Amino acid sequence: MRMPHTKLWSWHIIASVVLLVLLGLHIAIMHLNDILNLAGFNPYGANPIDWENVAFRTKQLSFTIIYILVLAAGLFHGLYGTQTILFELNPSPRVRNWITGLFLIMGIGLLVLGTWAAIAGRTTALALTR
Amino acid sequence: MPEKRTYPNRLGLNGWVFGGRWGVERYLFILHRLTGLGLITYLLMHIVVTASRALGAEWWDRSIGAVTGPIFTFGEFLVVAGFAFHAANGLRLVLIEMGWLTGKAEEPIYPYKTSLNVQRPFMIVMMALAAVLIVMGGVDIFAAH
Repeated sequence: MRMPHTKLWSWHIIASVVLLVLLGLHIAIMHLNDILNLAGFNPYGANPIDWENVAFRTKQLSFTIIYILVLAAGLFHGLYGTQTILFELNPSPRVRNWITGLFLIMGIGLLVLGTWAAIAGRTTALALTR
Repeated sequence: MPEKRTYPNRLGLNGWVFGGRWGVERYLFILHRLTGLGLITYLLMHIVVTASRALGAEWWDRSIGAVTGPIFTFGEFLVVAGFAFHAANGLRLVLIEMGWLTGKAEEPIYPYKTSLNVQRPFMIVMMALAAVLIVMGGVDIFAAH
């Protein structure tokens, strides 16, 4: 399926708005939690990457959905942006195809891995903290 | 299939990094690209590292332990700083793209009002916001370690 670049560019912008909100929330919870006093997201101590805090967030369905949305938007926005930068160097059509193929494989592969981690992580966290 | 017309990129990499006598927005464009490339590189690694949470506490502690230390703490700060700048500048770019920050078309009467001047106050506000977020991130990250 050929998708015109104007359409892909529109998706690039839509993904940026999704990231602004949801990745902004993620960054605030993970990296500004002390200064913004976001203890509600990290109830087991100040360090948001301690397993208890990670499990607390991971087992919530809302976070599973947010993780998957951030993952999809982040991968598309980042990889399409990188592709645009590389294409400005005016590579041959053959190299363009290689870049597109590589980014597609990377993007889909990491989307599958990240989605699995979000869903399986929720199951693991629910089982361990029940 | 019609032949694709291409234009040689005569400046190559120099065209990416050197803004010459262009305004400050041209240098924000360079920084936007650099932070974007840094963030996507980090995201690719971040997905792999944090996938270990699916396997339980022991795997999580092991994978996080592998990316802990002063260098990674500084890297964490760079990620927050890069995100703060990329998000603030990106919001400006989206609003310009939508035509909301370029001003209405009008007759060119001296002194000329350009679309760059219309968006500039917002650019200053966004850069100030990014600076505040970067300082907050630095305080939170380095005070906690």
